[in-house]
Amino acid sequence: MTDIRFDRAPGDRPILTDREEGTPVGVLVYTIGLVLAVILTATSFWVANTSLIWGPGVPIGLMVLAIAQMGIHLVFFLHITTGPDNTNNVLALAFGILIVLLVVVGSTVIMANLNENLMPPPEVMNLHMQH
Amino acid sequence: MNIAVTIDDVARETLPIASEAGPAPKRIVVAYGFWIFLLSDIVMFSALFAAYAALVHATAGGPSGAVLFNQGTAAIETACLLLSSYTCGMMSLSVNSRSRSAVYFFAAVTFALGTMFLALELREFAGMISDGAGPQRSAFLSAFFTLVGCHGLHVTAGLVWLTVMMAQVAVKGLRANVERRLLCFALFWHALDIIWVWLFTVVYLIGVQP
Repeated sequence: MTDIRFDRAPGDRPILTDREEGTPVGVLVYTIGLVLAVILTATSFWVANTSLIWGPGVPIGLMVLAIAQMGIHLVFFLHITTGPDNTNNVLALAFGILIVLLVVVGSTVIMANLNENLMPPPEVMNLHMQH
Repeated sequence: MNIAVTIDDVARETLPIASEAGPAPKRIVVAYGFWIFLLSDIVMFSALFAAYAALVHATAGGPSGAVLFNQGTAAIETACLLLSSYTCGMMSLSVNSRSRSAVYFFAAVTFALGTMFLALELREFAGMISDGAGPQRSAFLSAFFTLVGCHGLHVTAGLVWLTVMMAQVAVKGLRANVERRLLCFALFWHALDIIWVWLFTVVYLIGVQP
């Protein structure tokens, strides 16, 4: 246990594998990421335009594809992995995702709810329109 | 008291190695701090996304997304950003292997692709504004221009940053501090691509569903 193990900087690949295997591995990692991202993007555009998929399911499918592509970017481009030297980066990411979900889901639910409950009845709407 | 001492000894023996090693190297601290900044930037974008989602139907009798958005342009923009993310990764690898000419080459390709993305986006904005669908037309369009324009501003800032970094590489060489800045730039550029994934999904694909 003489080696000192630090955490890894976000965006850095493990130094050991770089030293042992050189840059070709790095190129391979980015290329795999690019190919997967291209496949997912093409699928997204296909899903949005096809009539093969049940209409109301399309937005959910697109969301799933976007989440998958976000994962690809994080792992292959930003090198955020589940390794023990990456714990700090993953924890920060998890906190960020928590806040993002709170903001987006919270706002969407509250605004949809208000929209539904505060819509004036038709006669009041007519009054508004006349003045 | 004896018990306390033995517990202390045991605890000291099982301490993780990293915490005995003192402060982490500057590269890790800098990149981690920048990662936190990027996450806060993403939280800001999530607020803009939430505003867009709340206002997407508030067209005030004006044009809706299905009329305005061109998926072909969005697809080319996506391709530009994705490829520029890839060349940016290649640039990081060239920095690691200390090959300056490769750094310049991949930085130039990244810059060109980023500029192409910006040009397409500006052309789209100009077309919409000249058609009377500017940000003042409806709440939906205000939210759209804020969300997509904010991403465009980030890309512009990234391009300026990239130019500055290339000047620093030319003048200062690949010193440790220049290398740290290039690492932060790569993080920034990849994060912009993640935001664009959500942008084209939510705005250009889901937004035009009937």
